[in-house]
Amino acid sequence: MGLNGSTPLIQIDGVAKVYQMGDVEVRALRGVTLKVQQGEFVAIMGASGSGKSTLMNIIGCLDRPTKGRYLLEGHEVSNLSRDELARIRNRTIGFVFQSFNLLSRTTALENVELPLVYAGLSRRERHKRAAEALERVGLGDRIEHHPNQLSGGQQQRVAIARALVSQPKLILGDEPTGNLDSRTSVEVMSLLQDLGRSGITVLLVTHEADIARYASRAITVKDGLVLVDRRQDPLPAVPLPAQEEATA
Amino acid sequence: MNFLETFLVAARALLRNKTRSFLTTLGIIIGVGAVIAMFAMGEGSQASVQEAIASMGTNILIVLSGSSQGGGARGGFGSLPTLTWEDLKAIQTEIPSVRYAAPSVGGNAQILSEDQNWSTRITGTTPDYFLIRNWPTSLGTQISQTDVDLGSKVIVLGQTVVDKLFGANANPVGQNVRVNNIPFTIIGVAAKKGQSPVGQDYDDTAFIPVTTFEAKIRKGLGKFINGIIFVGAVSSAATPQAERQITELLRDRHHTAVATEDDFNIRNLSEIANAQEQAAATGANLLLGIALVSLIVGGIGIMNIMLVSVTERTREIGVRMAIGARPKDILAQFLIEALTLSTVGGIIGIAVGLLGGQRLTSQWGWHMTIQPLVIFVAVVFSAAVGIVFGLYPARKASLLDPIDALRYE
Repeated sequence: MGLNGSTPLIQIDGVAKVYQMGDVEVRALRGVTLKVQQGEFVAIMGASGSGKSTLMNIIGCLDRPTKGRYLLEGHEVSNLSRDELARIRNRTIGFVFQSFNLLSRTTALENVELPLVYAGLSRRERHKRAAEALERVGLGDRIEHHPNQLSGGQQQRVAIARALVSQPKLILGDEPTGNLDSRTSVEVMSLLQDLGRSGITVLLVTHEADIARYASRAITVKDGLVLVDRRQDPLPAVPLPAQEEATA
Repeated sequence: MNFLETFLVAARALLRNKTRSFLTTLGIIIGVGAVIAMFAMGEGSQASVQEAIASMGTNILIVLSGSSQGGGARGGFGSLPTLTWEDLKAIQTEIPSVRYAAPSVGGNAQILSEDQNWSTRITGTTPDYFLIRNWPTSLGTQISQTDVDLGSKVIVLGQTVVDKLFGANANPVGQNVRVNNIPFTIIGVAAKKGQSPVGQDYDDTAFIPVTTFEAKIRKGLGKFINGIIFVGAVSSAATPQAERQITELLRDRHHTAVATEDDFNIRNLSEIANAQEQAAATGANLLLGIALVSLIVGGIGIMNIMLVSVTERTREIGVRMAIGARPKDILAQFLIEALTLSTVGGIIGIAVGLLGGQRLTSQWGWHMTIQPLVIFVAVVFSAAVGIVFGLYPARKASLLDPIDALRYE
């Protein structure tokens, strides 16, 4: 699976998505065409109902387009089975959610291990890689903590560790700072920028313009179509110097 | 994700709700416990019925003489002597399905030892009687054919009679007792047989040679047998055939006209035994039915809780799917959870059933017998209940749409 500059990581051609809600046909996406290169940091903006979440679900292989093509790493994925999509989500994509979605009453380490469990790795290998991922997000000293013993920012960092533990090509964030205060938001964005610099493609859905400023490319979606797609100089996320983190 | 991993995830999920898990398994515990206790006791009761049958003797037919009729009053069977010693000989020699036939004549008499006395039934018979009734001696020897031929004054006592006359654990062989003032030498003690199914003490009895009984106690060997004939068939399968053949033989010998009733009566003891066995089996089947219903109810309980659990954990399912769980991984997770619930319930139920069964059987004086196969089947069955009733909730979980599941509040 050699990936050179000419093959985009994500290539979407005329993707449309139509939902049937009772008698009403909802056209969430009406022909989106988009290319994202390896290593880009993309913010997808839009009001609620604009179709940005649908776009995100399709890119995340959680949903399949009604029409159009979606090539991930140059391979058509819009017609794959549920099992094959699960495998792609497991190996190629990492998810970060607005509400963290960690398993409660389960340690940080076990939460981070979870994707590796489904990848079929041995217990030892899982422990090692999960501990490394937690180290990388700055939580090496909290691996045995349960989510309810962690602050919001820390929980989101555990979620990021879980997203990157399987060494994905792409990390998708669905409003990852939506439940965080502005100071912790900057911390999380700084972490995501670090990941971007290490070559991982990051794609965020957000409705906050100041979060989108940290991205190198901002795409605005409206009424199921791409309205604006522009590159920008990302604002470097510099967390405020240490001061005990407030619980979100 | 291998089985062990999935099992550990399931075990942790169940331990998070200990009370709920326990209450859910309660149905299975009761169901399996009932089945195990029922089998333990059922086999115990079966064994005690079989013991009772074995102590009566196996393959036995009893031939009674006819009823007397005088002034319109009809006597019972045995009131009119119709069976002759010649009939006995004919049954012994002419019917191939009969292995043994022995007379049993007698009555109650007072037996006197040196310092005690006891009234019991004295039976005059032949050596075959003990073979038919499967009744060895525990001390000394049996009445022999020579004793019968010579009309010897020898006696074999039942254990109860020995206890009453000589005290428990005494060995009276060689001593003398008097019956109707006639001295008899004790040659043996019949092995302890216990009680009949209706509570009659088999051991409260004494045996002497039939010839001695006729000559010394009844005085005078007549043509007719003043008692009954015990017949041992060659096998239990041959018993009905023997019954039919004896009937034909005796009707022929007694010149009974075609439309006339038999002037004798044949009783088949194995029929009584079968009836008792059947009654026990019916009771066992009834209990088994109740146990099965309780298992099904338990299974529905598991299904119910699994459905609740799937709903509660919809988001968890969504997360697991988003990070790479395939539908079959989710299916396996919930199925193994249900399987664990029901199997653990089954194992606890086996323990409860064994304890309860032991308690009841010891109270009723049976001994508990349980076959390993029953335990194995109980485990397999409870596991099957888990799979059958866990399948629907697990399938429901595995078919969830990850997007909807993640959005579920």
